[in-house]
Amino acid sequence: MLIAVASGKGGTGKTTVAVSLALALAGSEKVQYLDCDVEEPNGHLFLKPRLETKEPVTVPVPKVDQSRCTFCGRCAEICAYHALAVLAGSVLTFPELCHSCGGCWYFCPEKALTPAAREIGWREEGWATERIAFTHGRLNVGVAISPPLIQAVKERRLSGAAAIIDAPPGTSCPAIKAVEGSDFCLLVTEPTPFGLHDLELAAEMVRALGIKSGIVVNRSDGRDQEVEEFSRKYGLPILLRIPLDRQVAAAYARGLPLLAARPQWREDFLALWEKCKKVACH
Amino acid sequence: MKIAISAPSKNPADPVDSRFGRCSFFAVVDADQEKWEFIPNPGASSGGGAGIQAAQELVKRGVRAVITGRVGPNAAAVLQAAGIKLYTAGGKSVQEAYRQFLNNELAPLTGANAMPHAGIRGR
Ligand code: SF4
Ligand code: SF4
Repeated sequence: MLIAVASGKGGTGKTTVAVSLALALAGSEKVQYLDCDVEEPNGHLFLKPRLETKEPVTVPVPKVDQSRCTFCGRCAEICAYHALAVLAGSVLTFPELCHSCGGCWYFCPEKALTPAAREIGWREEGWATERIAFTHGRLNVGVAISPPLIQAVKERRLSGAAAIIDAPPGTSCPAIKAVEGSDFCLLVTEPTPFGLHDLELAAEMVRALGIKSGIVVNRSDGRDQEVEEFSRKYGLPILLRIPLDRQVAAAYARGLPLLAARPQWREDFLALWEKCKKVACH
Repeated sequence: MKIAISAPSKNPADPVDSRFGRCSFFAVVDADQEKWEFIPNPGASSGGGAGIQAAQELVKRGVRAVITGRVGPNAAAVLQAAGIKLYTAGGKSVQEAYRQFLNNELAPLTGANAMPHAGIRGR
């Protein structure tokens, strides 16, 4: 079972939900935490894993052999991302714009281009408590293309473990890359008009991917009228409401997980997991 | 010698477009023959790398000098590597900017003076 925890915008409590699920389940089964929010990974702040391995993640970008190049301009013409410019006596490359499609070195008539590795970030792995296998990615500063790093994190999926993905906020390529292929997606939202708008975008993204989903309302005031209307309109169940709680907020500020402040809520997260499983397999 | 001026339209009386990569047109003037031509900027509608695409087009057309407002780092890298001179002419009409260029009255630009993606509206 692979569950992605997503939200249309940052700061809704996505990591709080993902970490709480992991900690709640760890009492009874093998759990894996995959932090795919590679621009701002923060699951480790709460799970405090002992990281044992650290590997660079690279993508192929073109390298020019100027002595073979005839400056024909073909590569610049076919690159959809304008990551190459051909001048009279040189080829300029802009690796930060390259999407590694491979078109330029495939089509270069002189074989003057070859793929060279460009480091975009790091994948780190270890264990948080005995039962939670932990993997996260860290995107290098200034790198704009994160999906290959998200892919590298997801590749570490262990079969047989209950896996939880902390997805990047938003609804663009990185979020899609993180959520695709999961069995179920939890959409975390806050009961505010802004929160609702982003929830709608996230719900549409998940629907387009053909993944079943449900809503978690964070900092709920117990009424959440607008979220309830949304839930009815879209036919998406509200699976959990996390009340606005001073102790939880204080724990968060100190880098402590929600379940450290409110251990009695463990049952609620276990129930949440069961509900996800039920809807996913339905 | 060919000169390119970033323009919002095909009208030389309109002001110079301050965005290099995202302007709608380039007025390409062959100074030796006083021949004017307006070409659409291929970068205007591009998803990314607009400045590079615009610069590549001007390199292909043999332009030797560019008059514009703001240029991002990638476009500046292409133009400089190609030995194309850069000048700014904020607020002036395309025609007036061209005249001032011929009289050596325009301020030269030695590098990028805009952040990447600055020409995208809404940022
Ligand atoms: S396609 Fe190959 S030969 Fe042509 S300009 Fe590009 S690198 Fe040079
Ligand atoms: S690999 Fe693709 S995206 Fe990268 S420079 Fe070559 S053609 Fe462009």
